Amino acid sequence: MAIDIGIIDYGMGNLRSVANGFESLGGKTLILTSPAQLSEVERVVLPGVGAFGDGMKNLSERGWVEKLEEQVVQGGKPFLGLCLGMQLLATTGTEYGHHQGLNWIPGKVDRIVPRDPSIRIPHIGWNDVDVVRPEGLFAGQPKLMTFYFVHSYAFQTDSSDVVTSYCDHGMKFVASVQYGNIHATQFHPEKSQKHGLALLKNFLAIKA
Amino acid sequence: MLKKRLIPVLLLKNGLLVRSEIFKIHQIIGNPIHEAERFNHWNVDELIYLDISQTDEYDLRRDDGKVKGLDGPLAILEEVSKTCFMPLTWGGRIKTVDDMRARISRGADKITINSEAVRHPELIRDGAQVFGSQAIVLSIDIFRHEDSHTEVYVDGGKTPTGLNPSEWAKKGEEMGAGEILIQSVQLDGVATGYDLDLIREITSAVTIPVIACSGVGRFEDYAAGIQAGASAVAAANIWHFKELADRLGKKALVKAGVNVRV
Repeated sequence: MAIDIGIIDYGMGNLRSVANGFESLGGKTLILTSPAQLSEVERVVLPGVGAFGDGMKNLSERGWVEKLEEQVVQGGKPFLGLCLGMQLLATTGTEYGHHQGLNWIPGKVDRIVPRDPSIRIPHIGWNDVDVVRPEGLFAGQPKLMTFYFVHSYAFQTDSSDVVTSYCDHGMKFVASVQYGNIHATQFHPEKSQKHGLALLKNFLAIKA
Repeated sequence: MLKKRLIPVLLLKNGLLVRSEIFKIHQIIGNPIHEAERFNHWNVDELIYLDISQTDEYDLRRDDGKVKGLDGPLAILEEVSKTCFMPLTWGGRIKTVDDMRARISRGADKITINSEAVRHPELIRDGAQVFGSQAIVLSIDIFRHEDSHTEVYVDGGKTPTGLNPSEWAKKGEEMGAGEILIQSVQLDGVATGYDLDLIREITSAVTIPVIACSGVGRFEDYAAGIQAGASAVAAANIWHFKELADRLGKKALVKAGVNVRV
């Protein structure tokens, strides 16, 4: 039996709800505890609740970085980064110090600085997302969708062609990106009820 | 624009779902898994689950409320998260970073800490460094004395601490909490509306989101909580004892001009 979705366990967060989301759609999932398992799965998800520095440290110490680059960047395996899993794609991150990211998508992860100081950070809750590239995860979906966000930092990139949607919370920020087989969302589709599950369903349909 | 949230709070005591009054009286109302499932079907914004058990014993006297084979809060959490495609906050009896990890790895998106944070405020910082601030909700139980001054209580509303709620909330934010959940001990389950002065006081003391809880008796009470400055309005009992609690709650908020997810 082919495994549709491998979910990387690097000690950062809520793997269970990601697995639950895909399983509710009929996808077969496997929690990956070692990088060698990456070759056993058809698609890979990098979830993540936590701080940038810890996330990157855990990925490198456990040997994920090299193997992920081989399978995803060179091998073209469909990849989905969620929340911190999207932020780690950047070149650098500034949460609790200055850290190097995976650098798969040039960019920087910085704290959200709202125009209006009365706007509260973390950005927690449901917000509207403006889809600018209705393809990939967003194929067949409406232009305006509502997703659940929980974060204080946001991905900033100069290459706007990778951006698939934007959100606004005191400043306009990137809500999702796609670069070839690499998909990522700042919001939590696995926690965004029907809208979110629709995106996970689209990811299940993406083939290498 | 970020929407204001409407959140049901479920209270778990010794394996059973209970309703609570003034933090003392706990009446069994049902099955912890089915309620979460029902809220998921209703498409609610978020769910807060608080394990208020004081002991590890599990009450299995009633068959209709108990869940077969689930002998602890972690097993219940694991089961709840299977049908919960919305944010789930889990609180109660969390004393260490490992306790946080045990809950987050079973499907909780955020955890709340309360008494233990008062005793060891560094727990807030330690948790935030590992899981990020957004995963750490500082839950504060507040008692308003007869002379109207307010004080932080711990141990399920039993022990006074001498702490001023605003100062403690502020300290919690500095230590790395991502949200504050406030509950009023004397308003719990009495259905007379939120302590609006308290909400105003706390929301002006911190810049992180504040979730207001305790006192909701009518759907119209929610909007006042938002107008007083809360980012989210929560309640427990009204979700069990009124029909269509989500839809009618949202309707009342929309009517009052609040931006919610419908």
